Amino acid sequence: MREFDYQRAHDVAGAVALLGAALDTRYLGGGTNLVDLMKTGVERPARLVDIRELPLDLVESTPEGGLRIGATVTNGDLAAHPEVRRRYPALAQAVLAGASGQLRNMATVGGNLLQRTRCGYFTDVTRPCNKRVPGSGCPAIAGDHHNHAILGASEHCVATHPSDMAVALSAFDAVVRYETGAGGGELPLRDFYLPVGDTPHLETALPRGALITGVTLPPLPIAGHSRYRKVRERASYAFAIGSAAAALDVHDGVVRDARLAFGAVASRPWRATAAERVLTGAPATPETFAAAADAELAAARPLEHNAYKVTLLRNLTVAVLTELAEEAAR
Amino acid sequence: MTTVVTGTTAPPRSVGTAHTRIEGRDKVTGAARYAGEVPFADLAHGWLVLSTVARGRIRAIESEAVLAMPGVLAVLDHRTAPRVNTDYSGLMGMRPDPTIAVFQHDRVPHLGWPVALVVAETSEQAREAAEALVVRYEEAPHHTGLDTDHPDAHALDGVMPGVTGKGDLEAELAASATVVDAEYTTPEEHHNPMEPHAATARWEDGRLELVDSNQGATWVTGELASLFSLDPGSVRVRSEHVGGGFGSKGIRAHQVAAVMAATLLRRPVRVVMTRRQMFSLAGYRSPTAQRVRLGADARGRLRALEHNSLSVTSTVHEYVEPAADPARVMYDADAHHTANRVIPLDVPSPTFMRAPGEAPGSFALESAMDELAERCGLDPIELRLRNEPDQGPVSGLPFAGRNLPACYREGARRFGWAGRDPRPGRRRDGRWLLGTGTASASFFAGAGPSTATLTAHPDGTFTVRIAAADIGTGARTAITLVAADALRVTPDRVRVRIGDSDFGPAMIAGGSMGTRSWSWAVTAAADELRDRLALGSDIPAEGITVRSDTAAAIGALTPAERHSYGAQFAEVAVDPATGEVRVRRMLGIFAAGRIINPLTARNQFLGGMVWGLSMALHEEAVRDRAFGGVVGADLAGYHVATNADVPRIEADWIEDHDPGDPVGIKGIGEIGIVGVAAAIANAVWHATGTRHRHLPIRPDRVLAAATADRGRPDA
Repeated sequence: MREFDYQRAHDVAGAVALLGAALDTRYLGGGTNLVDLMKTGVERPARLVDIRELPLDLVESTPEGGLRIGATVTNGDLAAHPEVRRRYPALAQAVLAGASGQLRNMATVGGNLLQRTRCGYFTDVTRPCNKRVPGSGCPAIAGDHHNHAILGASEHCVATHPSDMAVALSAFDAVVRYETGAGGGELPLRDFYLPVGDTPHLETALPRGALITGVTLPPLPIAGHSRYRKVRERASYAFAIGSAAAALDVHDGVVRDARLAFGAVASRPWRATAAERVLTGAPATPETFAAAADAELAAARPLEHNAYKVTLLRNLTVAVLTELAEEAAR
Repeated sequence: MTTVVTGTTAPPRSVGTAHTRIEGRDKVTGAARYAGEVPFADLAHGWLVLSTVARGRIRAIESEAVLAMPGVLAVLDHRTAPRVNTDYSGLMGMRPDPTIAVFQHDRVPHLGWPVALVVAETSEQAREAAEALVVRYEEAPHHTGLDTDHPDAHALDGVMPGVTGKGDLEAELAASATVVDAEYTTPEEHHNPMEPHAATARWEDGRLELVDSNQGATWVTGELASLFSLDPGSVRVRSEHVGGGFGSKGIRAHQVAAVMAATLLRRPVRVVMTRRQMFSLAGYRSPTAQRVRLGADARGRLRALEHNSLSVTSTVHEYVEPAADPARVMYDADAHHTANRVIPLDVPSPTFMRAPGEAPGSFALESAMDELAERCGLDPIELRLRNEPDQGPVSGLPFAGRNLPACYREGARRFGWAGRDPRPGRRRDGRWLLGTGTASASFFAGAGPSTATLTAHPDGTFTVRIAAADIGTGARTAITLVAADALRVTPDRVRVRIGDSDFGPAMIAGGSMGTRSWSWAVTAAADELRDRLALGSDIPAEGITVRSDTAAAIGALTPAERHSYGAQFAEVAVDPATGEVRVRRMLGIFAAGRIINPLTARNQFLGGMVWGLSMALHEEAVRDRAFGGVVGADLAGYHVATNADVPRIEADWIEDHDPGDPVGIKGIGEIGIVGVAAAIANAVWHATGTRHRHLPIRPDRVLAAATADRGRPDA
């Protein structure tokens, strides 16, 4: 393990200044992913800037009726927040579906968005990986990819984004706020993660050296009737093999509005816009929900060992939307 | 001087009553030091460098650059390491796995083969230098897949013969009213004890001392003495606390490398494996491909039984996973054939892993019996009761107690088996399909020769010294209770010291034989000591010490089929839309001889049953054929059951007394696993109507079956 310097930042401007433009410096949030990657040699920073003491640990209502979530709010605190649970229940459910109690007490919102894929080739520095060493190749495509991407992947990388939280944020049109030495900015989550293409090592649209300061959720009444369901290979403490965040507004048996996002299918949380188009205005029936899933999954390009995810996501979509529709009808 | 005595009026018996672990407080407060934590002055740290190719030769090791790094003391490799001797017989007469003879040549037989040890002042420096060390290879093509048509497959004897057979199999199958012919597979599985392998070696007053985490100090001492051509008396191995072993903690590369470095550097050297390294260096359970053929007459009595198992071994060592062995104990048939075969591949050597043979073998055999019950229209328990053998199906020996039917009677009563609708796919709870399943368990009850010393002190206390290993089972506490009863004193007057090869040879903590073997030796010593003290002599300050050796007594045992038995029950819930399988409850009823400490015994049974659940649904090391190594070699990639996967589990036992046995104790460390995966797979069939013959029963496999069965994925 490479020796590294450690500095603690006390305010946002100080943190951004400490990081500067250095390529081998990293912000340290909860460390639940970064420290693991340092142990395995995937990350070898010369310096860590600890941002856990920054005053970014609040969840506040916005005047418009949304929520502002600070970047250092822990996953545990986010999931427990009464306004999150009331206004965006799928977000609380998604966070609670991830990791373990201990990890959620450490992990931060900002770090959760920036966590790296758990692809077994990415985490093994003795193997090629285009995400870790651009141009070195992707052994997952011919190797073990049973939990890899079916949507939006490329011949260069088929890794998935591991976050549950980001799937719910994606369904709810969250916006990421950040700060740089040259000023702040915002990125809607739909633009936050870059397409894979031939640059899988470039994962986000954040400017170099940027510090995520928080996430803003817009006011979204439909989110009050939402659900997150995660399927994994054991009951807890495992990354999804497929997940869905959904919100449904049904009136007189017809879908007035819908939000749907998938997890564990792509290099980013996958907003199912094609499915949402099918849903809107259609009867709230299992047939509609299946047609919506099919519309989204028509673009799926599964590999030899992950085609089950197409079936899984279709079934999951139907199951979750049916539950929401039945609850709305009561 | 005082005259102290063992009890004349015996105190209440300690064996059979619940006692918390003697060292439990030390363990939960961190006061108990494990092998990687014991402090040494002037300690240096070694870090193993493993090959990144699956076959070939080492062309160059660029040590010079690394030797210049901060704190680096030495780089050991095949050019610089001391030579060792591998021409000897070790544990149970087995030839050593040459993997432990590190740095002796330039050949690389598998990915993760140890090619160098970097030693530095600190662990961090050693790791950084080890990861910077450039090793160049001449690569050769490799093969790591278990292909059932591999030309080099051959029968291999393990502890038991590779092949057994009687009767005309094809004729009996042809004459059978009902036949099952099915293939089952189990994946590569790894032990993953909580505590990684760790050893510190040093030379002290002309003796080699190893502070280690192992399952038998005697075992490791013997191997080190042979490897380094030392008098066994000049080697001392200590292993005070062990955070799990499961068969993986015998002699391994890290101990040998530590001894080499300590010898060259003349200072203590510690080598600890990382979790990732353990996937290459600590052994594992081979994948198996098994075929079971059963033929039964109209009443369900077996006329034909064939169980063939194929497993893998490395190209440097022959180890067989004896999955066909359970059939040799469980069921007889007019034609009865079993075979354990292996194919050598470019993979690390597999080894004993908790319930070797029985764990994967019982999955296939007990699943096949369930399939036979279905086809015969018989209750699965009734089918098994109708096939209870009168004598060892292969050995012809009498059974020394076979209480399997009693386990089933008690288990069926408590589980609520009576009135079970045998038809699959009939029960639903919301999105979940429900089913129940059962399976048999057995495990060999053996004993290994052991010595023990027992000292009576003038203050009325006693000290037991035995080279036993407490690998988390509560062995130290069990020995205390056994000694207290044998001395007819209360346990607080007995001190038990274990984990030190200077205490004399003793059985390993393995094969479910530890407690039986050690208790035998301790009881023998206590009997002799009581006789000595009964003479009424005064006890001198140094105490009165007696020593026992059970070799002759064990050799004098009447030959018989000695085993523990159990009946496993499981209820599962399956969501056919997502492929999720959840176990809702489990019950295991065991006949396992005299139970020493009900508290820790129940813990061992439950731990075994959780292991079986984990095997059924989760555990699988995925070996990438292209590079030859395990993908995701850590506890995030290799799934074991979490607390959330573990339902309400009950384990209990029935009276199981063998009047012909001098100790009456049978092993309980492994039988808890046996049959669990089959009980769960049988329950999944009962829930869904689909037989799952390949472990683990992953969501994608359930989903594929549901899709194939119903034609529509969301049906």
